[in-house]
Amino acid sequence: MHASTQQENAVGLNAVGMDEKLAEVMQAKAEHQGCGTSGGSGKASCGSSAGQGDLPTEIWEKVKNHPCYSEEAHHHYARMHVAVAPACNIQCNYCNRKYDCANESRPGVVSEKLTPEQAAKKVLAVASTIPQMTVLGIAGPGDPLANPEKTFKTFELIAKTAPDIKLCLSTNGLALPDHVDTIAGFNVDHVTITINMVDPEVGAKIYPWVFWKHKRYTGYEAAKLLTDRQMLGLEMLTERGILCKVNSVMIPGINDKHLVEVNRAVKSRGAFLHNIMPLISSPEHGTVFGLNGQRGPTAQELKALQDECEGEMNMMRHCRQCRADAVGLLGEDRSAEFTTDKIMAMEVNYDLDSRKAYQALVEEERVAKVAAKQEELEALAGEQSDIKLLTAVATKGSGLINEHFGHAKEFQVWELSTAGAKFVGHRRVDLYCQGGYGEEDSLETIIRAINDCHAVFVAKIGGCPKADLIKAGIEPVDTFAHEFIEKSAITWFKEYLNKVKTGEIVHTARGDAEIRQGALINAA
Amino acid sequence: MTLKIVASQCTSCSACEPECPNVAISEKNGTFVIDPKKCTECIGHFDVPQCAAVCPVDDTCVIDNAYPRYQPTA
Repeated sequence: MHASTQQENAVGLNAVGMDEKLAEVMQAKAEHQGCGTSGGSGKASCGSSAGQGDLPTEIWEKVKNHPCYSEEAHHHYARMHVAVAPACNIQCNYCNRKYDCANESRPGVVSEKLTPEQAAKKVLAVASTIPQMTVLGIAGPGDPLANPEKTFKTFELIAKTAPDIKLCLSTNGLALPDHVDTIAGFNVDHVTITINMVDPEVGAKIYPWVFWKHKRYTGYEAAKLLTDRQMLGLEMLTERGILCKVNSVMIPGINDKHLVEVNRAVKSRGAFLHNIMPLISSPEHGTVFGLNGQRGPTAQELKALQDECEGEMNMMRHCRQCRADAVGLLGEDRSAEFTTDKIMAMEVNYDLDSRKAYQALVEEERVAKVAAKQEELEALAGEQSDIKLLTAVATKGSGLINEHFGHAKEFQVWELSTAGAKFVGHRRVDLYCQGGYGEEDSLETIIRAINDCHAVFVAKIGGCPKADLIKAGIEPVDTFAHEFIEKSAITWFKEYLNKVKTGEIVHTARGDAEIRQGALINAA
Repeated sequence: MTLKIVASQCTSCSACEPECPNVAISEKNGTFVIDPKKCTECIGHFDVPQCAAVCPVDDTCVIDNAYPRYQPTA
């Protein structure tokens, strides 16, 4: 582990009292339950999920308010990306950075590029407006390490003006070994590497070329070079105690089965978290895969692969595949509020104390949520059943059922069993981008997106959609409005099990669901 | 000859700018341009023109036939 850093110290000062309190609650919770709530593979819920679990305190301190590294944190804390890194040193078949629609949300896409100075101003403006924004990431739109000067200049400026903000970056790994020491020097605690293969034969189908040491390499040679550099970079980071998340794009027929091998390879090199994401592929994106009709996985295929890898290491299930200029909680994008014109006109008053005070409140909310869940879990303790099912939840964040069915832009998906409620993903149901696909019945779209769920929890729902959901076999539940998700879901599940027991209902399995591929509206 | 950047295809990603051994590339009106007086097609520096090798869009850094072939001085 590298030495405790200035940045960590600053974060530590933020809410020492609350952190201790939280740590105690988490500790007590972990002791009570063994590790997390998912049952089965205990590993899954440790670290990436709710509590500290078996994580060393030093690592828990690093992840507990990072929305991407802690599933539990993502309900409360926000992140932002600054698009200071336009250049890239490799070409991927799922990426086309030329395409930039303001209404579209996927990695590699950005509406405007920033200079490091503009980025630093933007970070201060956002941090002042959104006090729960704790993480600044550089994720492109190209590769941060193909733009090392811009990336590190940005880090330097932000470390000076907003020392409590965690810095992180996301890279393809090709240039990573050359920059590991600089990354460590800037106290970057979190690095994400996108690793789609460890076999160059597979890689040759994903990467048409890489540019390295003044030369463009293609085919097997390119993929071999990339995988060697990625593995070396990963090892160098973990040696220095920097937490590594590995992102993998699941491409059916190309690397879907191979990702189990990738999972083993990155785990053995000390990766902390594995994020398997569905391929986003649509002809209008203009990517090679989009144009040649390569499909993305279904919800069931994705979940099956994530479940298969879960026994091996922590899996990230809450990734929203956000843009290189995203701002806000993971489920939202407030980047439109912070365009360069708007930021430059803003009077920014960076008030560390008010940020601290706000975050202390967030911690209170978080502790209350954990306590509520604990209560219900105890109630579930006597239940014996093999039934495991999925439910969808309409939420605006904070771990509450607080969104109207008709306003939801996404649904969280929770798996319920007698081991408790486990977050396993989310489904986007935004309306199609204007000028993209034609108008489609949004209710049908929603039903297709959550078709594998037995129930949908909402704050409110109209009579019409209610009837249609029931017809589709999905129970709309509005009796837990503005209550905690996990507690409510467990209460509902207990009743469900009782109904099955008494013969009032018969438990049947649900079908598959669709992962949205089209262009999406990101504005509120 | 020298290389030129097809402006309509340039994504303005800036990848070419630092790769040019002659510092011939700069940003102009939102896209990048090559100064024909400075471009040497990378002859004497590299096997292939660096801007074309790193450019993410095919056929965007291309030979500009409006100029005579670059003659390296001995």
